[in-house]
Amino acid sequence: MADVALAREIDANIAQGARPHVRLRRRRMMSMTAAVLLAPALVLMALLLIGPVLAVLLMSFTDYQLGAPTWSLVGLENYIELYGDRVFWTSLTNTLLYVAIVVPSSIALGLGLALLIESGSTLRAFYRSIFFIPVMATLIAMAISWEYMLHPQFGLINLMLKEIGLPAQAWLSDPVLALPTIAAIGIWQLFGFNMVLFLAGIVSIPSHLYEAAVMDGARSAWSRFWLVTWPMLGPVTVFVAVISAIRSFQVFDTVHVLTKGGPSKATEVLLYSMYSEGFEFFRSGLAAAIAVVFLCFVLLLTIIKARLIEKKVHYS
Amino acid sequence: MNARICSPWEILRHAVLLTVAAIVLLPFIWMIVTSLKPQSEIFLSEIRWWPEQLHVVENYTKAFERAPLVRYLLNGVIVTVLIFALQALIALPAAYALAKLRFWGRDAVFAMVLFCILIPAQAIAVPVFLLFHHAGILDTYAALIVPFTISAFGIFLMRQFFLTVPDDLVDAARMDGISEFGIVWRVMLPTAIPALTAFGVFSIVAHWNDYFWPLIAVNSQELFTPPVGVATFRNEEAGTDYGPLMAAATVIIAPLIIAFLLAQRRFIEGITFSGMK
Repeated sequence: MADVALAREIDANIAQGARPHVRLRRRRMMSMTAAVLLAPALVLMALLLIGPVLAVLLMSFTDYQLGAPTWSLVGLENYIELYGDRVFWTSLTNTLLYVAIVVPSSIALGLGLALLIESGSTLRAFYRSIFFIPVMATLIAMAISWEYMLHPQFGLINLMLKEIGLPAQAWLSDPVLALPTIAAIGIWQLFGFNMVLFLAGIVSIPSHLYEAAVMDGARSAWSRFWLVTWPMLGPVTVFVAVISAIRSFQVFDTVHVLTKGGPSKATEVLLYSMYSEGFEFFRSGLAAAIAVVFLCFVLLLTIIKARLIEKKVHYS
Repeated sequence: MNARICSPWEILRHAVLLTVAAIVLLPFIWMIVTSLKPQSEIFLSEIRWWPEQLHVVENYTKAFERAPLVRYLLNGVIVTVLIFALQALIALPAAYALAKLRFWGRDAVFAMVLFCILIPAQAIAVPVFLLFHHAGILDTYAALIVPFTISAFGIFLMRQFFLTVPDDLVDAARMDGISEFGIVWRVMLPTAIPALTAFGVFSIVAHWNDYFWPLIAVNSQELFTPPVGVATFRNEEAGTDYGPLMAAATVIIAPLIIAFLLAQRRFIEGITFSGMK
């Protein structure tokens, strides 16, 4: 190893001693190589990511419509229209409500199940895999299965309720129940992902902390949880919360297949509004304004997450 | 061992976990059971956990006859495989340059990559749609694939991984006269297989399941990906013929589920590792 370091130093000295224009040429070569290696990525990033982000910002200030012969700058008109639009506010509050239901529930379920799995030594991989299946199964196909299970007359859920003497519900067509039902499917799909993150967090807690807690008199599993596990999982929990919030903000598939935003806008969510304005009515300018609102929320959450990662790296 | 399994706590633990597992699996179980039932047993006002009359052949034949499921699955494979191959082809050289070469503007490029990670695909769907409309490539395979060929997250992930590869390895390769491009594929790629596999699992699962973009990008049935295909089938059958519909849904999710059951650990690691972006 020392030899290698020595050889490098000699190399470096030789390079230093080399005539300046040779060094310059070598550096230029490296820049050329880098440019060639980076070119495809840079072109595609500019064309498919950065360009479109700028375009979506610009478009939100125009009355662009697909197929219309002309378009013009309209300033803040799209945003003013959104501000005065009841459906947009419904859409925004529904999205926030969806996030507010799905995030805490999927965290609580994920954490609870992770703790329960780790508290024993048998069948851990088995349970982990089972709970992970909804995360990766095609949500559209599963939404269709859920729709049949939630069928008011012949659905499994209502038939089960009937067995235990409870009244049947019109899960997806009742304006009060529709959003919570869509959220329940969201929780079902997401909690396994959170569980895996918590499992990793639990495994990384050093066991000497538990031994110390026992010596300090924390005899029950309950007190050990509050003394060691929960504080140690604090950063993981915040992290999981932000990721779950970003994912929940993007709710679209279940709404598009099951409710189309109805009944009477009860499940209208941001991405669904953007989709119908942009791709059903082709009012691109307005759709762009909704996309900007959506982007602001997601960026805000991502910045929070980035801050958290920085902190974590800093502490370790 | 036996004493541990039989302790009251372990019994309670398994009781709770098995109950939750049953609830979680219910939509899958019910979907498969329904795909085996004749129409008369589907519209029943009582729970029937197993059909009295099996209609497997009828339902699955109908599903394959009424919807080009094979075509959908094939499209799913073509699209996901090409997306991942192009992502790797474009991201690996870029990641190598960012990790191992010194050049003017490197920090600026890396900052650009970090910014691109933040952009959710749905937020830029409108301008990308218009771009493709004007380029005349809507309703083609290209429309399904091109938007995802650039993965800023893939570049970031691979760059982080390449930083851990010792410089000596790269220097030795240069001494042997391997070109920079050759170094990417013959020296760096072999060391990056685990990270690339994790990213590949994530990429393939995400794009197999994606619904938002294919819904916008294509109109022709012969280009439908599995999710769009099954959703269209459902719209045509809405509330009338659940047997074939559930059969179609089962066929659509089967490839990923089978792959998952064969390589559970890889899937879980790949998806959570990359899904944290």
